[in-house]
Amino acid sequence: MERKQEVLQDVVIKFAGDSGDGMQLTGTQFTNNTALLGSDLSTFPDFPAEIRAPQGTLPGVSGYQLRFSSDSIYTPGDSLDVLVAMNAAALKTNLKNLKKGGKIIVNTDGFDTKNLRLANYPDGVNPIEDESLQGYEVIGMDITKMTREALKDYQMGTKEKDRAKNMFVLGFLYWMYGRDMNNTEKFLEEKFGRKPDILESNLKALRAGYNYGDTTETFTTQYKVEKAKIEAGSYRSIMGNQALAYGLIAASVKSGLTIFLGTYPITPASDILHELSKQKNFGIKTFQAEDEIAGISAAIGASYGGHLGVTTTSGPGIALKSEAMGLAMMLEIPLVIVDVQRGGPSTGLPTKTEQSDLLQAYYGRNGESPIPVISASTPSDCFEAVYEAVRIAVEHMTPVIFLSDGYIANGAEPWKYPSSNDLRTIHVSYKTELGHGETKFQPYQRDENLVRPWAIPGTAGLEHRIGGLEKENITGNVSYDPENHQLMVKIRQEKVDKIALNIPEQTLDNGPEKGDVLVLGWGSTYGVIKTAVESLLKEGYSVAHAHLRYLRPFPRNLGEILRNYKTVLIPEINNGQLIKIIRDQYLVDAKGYNKIMGIPITKTELVEEIKQLTSSRTATASI
Amino acid sequence: METTTAPAPNITLTPKDFATDQEVRWCPGCGDYSILAQVQKVMPTLGIPRENFAIISGIGCSSRFPYYMNVFGMHSIHGRATAIASGLKAARPDLSVWIVTGDGDSLSIGGNHTIHLLRRNFDVNILLFNNQIYGLTKGQYSPTSEENKITKSTPYGSIDHPFNPLALAMGADATFIARSMDRDPKHLQTMLSRSHAHHGASFLEIYQNCNIFNDGAFEVFTEKSSKANESLFLEHGQPLVFGANKEKGIKLDGFNLIVVNLNEGHSVDELWVHDESDLYKAQILTRMFDDPKLEHHLPRPFGVFYQAIRPTYEDMLTQQIQHAKDKKVADLDKLLRGNEVWNIA
Ligand code: SF4
Repeated sequence: MERKQEVLQDVVIKFAGDSGDGMQLTGTQFTNNTALLGSDLSTFPDFPAEIRAPQGTLPGVSGYQLRFSSDSIYTPGDSLDVLVAMNAAALKTNLKNLKKGGKIIVNTDGFDTKNLRLANYPDGVNPIEDESLQGYEVIGMDITKMTREALKDYQMGTKEKDRAKNMFVLGFLYWMYGRDMNNTEKFLEEKFGRKPDILESNLKALRAGYNYGDTTETFTTQYKVEKAKIEAGSYRSIMGNQALAYGLIAASVKSGLTIFLGTYPITPASDILHELSKQKNFGIKTFQAEDEIAGISAAIGASYGGHLGVTTTSGPGIALKSEAMGLAMMLEIPLVIVDVQRGGPSTGLPTKTEQSDLLQAYYGRNGESPIPVISASTPSDCFEAVYEAVRIAVEHMTPVIFLSDGYIANGAEPWKYPSSNDLRTIHVSYKTELGHGETKFQPYQRDENLVRPWAIPGTAGLEHRIGGLEKENITGNVSYDPENHQLMVKIRQEKVDKIALNIPEQTLDNGPEKGDVLVLGWGSTYGVIKTAVESLLKEGYSVAHAHLRYLRPFPRNLGEILRNYKTVLIPEINNGQLIKIIRDQYLVDAKGYNKIMGIPITKTELVEEIKQLTSSRTATASI
Repeated sequence: METTTAPAPNITLTPKDFATDQEVRWCPGCGDYSILAQVQKVMPTLGIPRENFAIISGIGCSSRFPYYMNVFGMHSIHGRATAIASGLKAARPDLSVWIVTGDGDSLSIGGNHTIHLLRRNFDVNILLFNNQIYGLTKGQYSPTSEENKITKSTPYGSIDHPFNPLALAMGADATFIARSMDRDPKHLQTMLSRSHAHHGASFLEIYQNCNIFNDGAFEVFTEKSSKANESLFLEHGQPLVFGANKEKGIKLDGFNLIVVNLNEGHSVDELWVHDESDLYKAQILTRMFDDPKLEHHLPRPFGVFYQAIRPTYEDMLTQQIQHAKDKKVADLDKLLRGNEVWNIA
């Protein structure tokens, strides 16, 4: 049959279904397949908080959003072109994000009376049968029935067969976008190689979905998105937590330090533990501790012994680790504390994203307890940023807090992966003996950066005692002397301030060096700010974008940059945290844009906000 | 004076080599002094270079200990010494790691880490200085204080039921369980050496007198006049005998313990012979925890209750890593590249 092929520039698809429907797997597979074709892409998975919320209900909907494009893109998109809805609840939760005229691929079996009732549709109302979806292109198919039919020769229960539904959908989408399915076939073979029945049924369902598209005359058009015009090189797809784990491994290889991860499982940070536990051949030691406090304490013990201690957690875990973080700060030993932020406070929204903990990272400890803070802005940026966190921790003998968030952790994007040769050196030096003229080891004798020596147990002649009590300057002996305490507090602060000399100056991501509005961001708002500013620049607005990786200390030229704009706008997915620190340190009357819904800021709303700021400026100026 | 140069191997170390220039600041008469002296006596005899010792403590009177020992030491935060030491030992199996902790530190705020360290069986030595009181915070009851105890925080008497630390350690599957006392230097030295010799987590409870807030808590076990009758010193392969002339013995009748008098027609052959490797009898021994004020109470055992051989956490961790390395070469570039790569020209 004659097929049309239509070339598209940009597509946003969302796979949505019950949390048991395997939508995350479908999404990841489609993403990897797309990546291999060279499109630029960005993903946004969102899962329910419960592992298996009641089937068919609104809270049980699990979704995976993917945007791919032949242009450079930085966000998973504000609205959907295609919605795959496996049941009524999935349609109901996601319809509001579908563009007018968008496609809905529905599993009609998911719209029976029971599913409709669970999705809170009034009695007798079925959206795929009434007029309510007019204005959209609805592609209805009974996926359940067709999957069962395809697997009718298999000796397995209906429940088992139904598990392959997601493969049918995936196969159909592969047909729709004219893909070959090698990568998924290979994936299934690796995953189910030892269970031939399951492997066969999944492959069969996948092909059945593809063939359904191919043979049914209803579908006449296939779609194609060309390779993206992005920087030349070799790419792979990577997720945030994975990039973070790789960054730690790379830092371990390049510094020669063994990584010791002391941690306790918590959403959304656990995948870092999983990933590092797999990579034991790199000599990595992972320790699943009895609680958050033991996780960081064990990491402190390991750093004391000469390893690089790392602990990973999310907001509530940071709260539990605070006292130990203070100890690490006092001991002045290297330690990396990873906080994959999630919606707070308290248990909050474990599976939703929020830039919840910047203030906690800055101020959440007893006493004057400065700890450097570094953040990642995209999934792949986790690699470089955590590498920097390790470098600073080791070169400056200090704990470092690393902030990622749920959106970055679970999102995927293409990554032009580096070669190990290109990675910056990390300087490690243990003190091995008394220096010339030294008669006694002074553990708190500092170098020009106020960094103290790392003398690890087993080093003859350097036996010494450290602890959480205030120390006498230089000797490290316990001291309750008032003058000494003031001195030590100042020294510890200055030591952190001096890190600014060992990090790059802040650069502008985009826009003019002077102008109306500077949009200043940190963390996962990178993509949306980038996209919004790019489009406003095209429209001729005077707006620039700077994105912070180093949050404590700030890059030494940040103050100067801030003063080059009439207005500084700080968008954050919280109630205004960076803005407080910026106002405090630079006395700049920054404006905030805050969204606290557990979801990212959209381009549309941010563009609107920036426009208002610039126009009100112009209005005042013209009076 | 503190020595600053490392002794060459084979140079005999003395207790003095283990002392620091820091003034020891426990209250005069505190039991901690004796424990410090015994540790300083034992460590030089273990054949380990001084720099390979690390002592980790938490918070409390006893936790000042590292400052007085000229080895590597960390005075950490309340309750976490066990967790910190776990990480240290995992990182550095070559070190001799000692944990100094008190009843509040290891059984109250740090109780969780203590039991988990024991089940994991890191090869470290836990010295639990049990004085049954909070000393540093000036006299509140502790998780090992007896019921009805009057303290600053329990003016009407404590209604908390106390921990039996050794029974707790048994419950956590500790592989070495022992008890000693500050007032018996010889016995304490032996127990310290045995703790060190055990390959696995050693849990040594030391009865320590806090003469300021809980003076005499263990008097009946430690004072000459009552010690022989109230304390039962366990020795592997030997019958359980006590009393001024070793005239009393303990016999097992099913699960019941019966005290018999060897001068009154009973023979040594009837007595329970201590076997450190017997898990079930060790549980009975740890339950010999009678209040010495009660009539017909049993004596309190001291010595090694139980010792078992089980692989240590750090040994298994090292093996697992070696195994992973043997199976797959660590190639960073290969890891970064992954399995699915595409090229943009
Ligand atoms: S308060 Fe008690 S335990 Fe603490 S130092 Fe004084 S006597 Fe020793």
